[in-house]
Amino acid sequence: MATQQTRSLARFMMAPSVVLLLVWMIVPLAFTLWFSFQQYNPLNPMRDGFVGFSNYALFYSNPAFLQSILNTLTIVVSVLLITVIGGILLALLLDQPMWGQGIVRILVISPFFVMPPVAALVWKNMIMHPQYGVFADIARFFGGQPIDWFGQHPLLAIIIIVAWQWLPFATLILLTALQSLDGEQKEAAEMDGAGFISRFIYLTLPHMSRAITVVILIQTIFLLSVYAEILVTTNGGPGYASTNLPFLVYQKALLEFKIGQASAGGIIAVILANIVAFFAMRAVGKNLDK
Amino acid sequence: MARAVTTQHKTIATAAAWIVALLIFFPILYTIITSFKSEQEAIQGFNLFPSGTTESYSEVQAQNGYFKFFLNSVFLSVGSTVLALLVAVPAAWSMAFSPGKRTKDILMWMLSTKMMPAVAVLFPIYLIFRDTGLLDSRIGLMVMLMLINLPIVVWMLYTYFREIPGEILEAARMDGASLWNEIIYVLTPMAVPGIASTMLLNIILAWNEAFWTIRLTTTEAAPLTAFISSFSSPQGLFWAKLSAASTLAIAPILIMGWFSQKQLVRGLTFGAVK
Repeated sequence: MATQQTRSLARFMMAPSVVLLLVWMIVPLAFTLWFSFQQYNPLNPMRDGFVGFSNYALFYSNPAFLQSILNTLTIVVSVLLITVIGGILLALLLDQPMWGQGIVRILVISPFFVMPPVAALVWKNMIMHPQYGVFADIARFFGGQPIDWFGQHPLLAIIIIVAWQWLPFATLILLTALQSLDGEQKEAAEMDGAGFISRFIYLTLPHMSRAITVVILIQTIFLLSVYAEILVTTNGGPGYASTNLPFLVYQKALLEFKIGQASAGGIIAVILANIVAFFAMRAVGKNLDK
Repeated sequence: MARAVTTQHKTIATAAAWIVALLIFFPILYTIITSFKSEQEAIQGFNLFPSGTTESYSEVQAQNGYFKFFLNSVFLSVGSTVLALLVAVPAAWSMAFSPGKRTKDILMWMLSTKMMPAVAVLFPIYLIFRDTGLLDSRIGLMVMLMLINLPIVVWMLYTYFREIPGEILEAARMDGASLWNEIIYVLTPMAVPGIASTMLLNIILAWNEAFWTIRLTTTEAAPLTAFISSFSSPQGLFWAKLSAASTLAIAPILIMGWFSQKQLVRGLTFGAVK
């Protein structure tokens, strides 16, 4: 059915998207790669020139680098653990018959629509503030000592905020998957005497496995580049305690003007993302074949 | 007997779910409550009952010119979405209705561009924007947001278009409909719901984008994300004002979001979970 004409028309229709994305992907990345082998400082142009791999060496020898990679991974893994386990539990709860399910769903999904700077500032000032925050009020009510979240546990505080933003997403997707589970299958399992736990392990969990995979992959993409939450709360500190890789690259590029090092860091971020993307692509690709 | 157990079960589930839901929603609720307090009240400890003053709202506008940022947010999110749709609809259309051997590869490749970390290209983009005078311009940022969300838009449209039965097209062709008639009278009515859903989700994503919108703007083109971030510097305790600004910044998108739960699942999982 696909004639020569429709095929060339199809190409023509696809061209703008493909060209735009091609340019968007290749041009800036080529610049970054080039800068990563250059000494380049907009404030001190005298010393510019090709420097080989020394930017990578410098970035690597910077003690902040390893810490930032570690922080990046800590954020990703912790938030994934909290949101996936929490999401499964919440989805199971919300799947039960109850009054006002629609409103409960709306309440639970809401944090996902809150823009990152708002989420971070609300948590920083009104919930976690060591003097006036709700957590401090609670601590004092029970006679405890309020915690200085961003001073003492900056990374944990950021993890809590980011997990709050993504728990709704995980819950919503897992709930959608759960609701597509065949009711008859559940009944059959019940009649065969399967208890709640074994029904969950042998029926529900396998049914949700694809949704869980998707949640992990998509969240990982976004969690690798957490930025605004750090910017408005700790600004990466104290020291580098809550600096992740994107934030370190931003600091190097736009605050210290160490473009070469920042670019080297950017390339490392790309490699890290590619490792994740490799697995993401395979999983999503499988769904395409269905 | 069985019925009594069910009711009891339902009561427990309802109570548990409401408690958890209210805990999760609490930061948003408390923000809204605080926005109706005076600055004095806001720091006087935990209090769920505000005096109901709206002075913070008028101050946010009077002192910080809230409305300009709001308009920028509207312009950027709607503009970038419309732009993305203009580019993506033909592409998704042709991929769904006349797929070639490489259609799948192209789709996967498009998705992979979404995985490129923004910081990796921060400086080049910054330079390009600076040298072309696009820094702090609405048009530049609009194009930027369009590019960021283009893969998701193409994908979402593709999953919707793919569900339009091809037989209808064939029937129309048999009846002698030309390509344009086919598009206008047969396909468009069936495609509109998918396009609308895509639009809704994309506006939400563009509204909340908080990397480029903060880094590529200063004053003129700054949307609400940049505006709210400016509250992070500790110039004092203006919590009622911060709450009012936050409430205004999230309210429109929160309401849109409530209506788009289904599309959200589908759009953000690239059709893998429906």
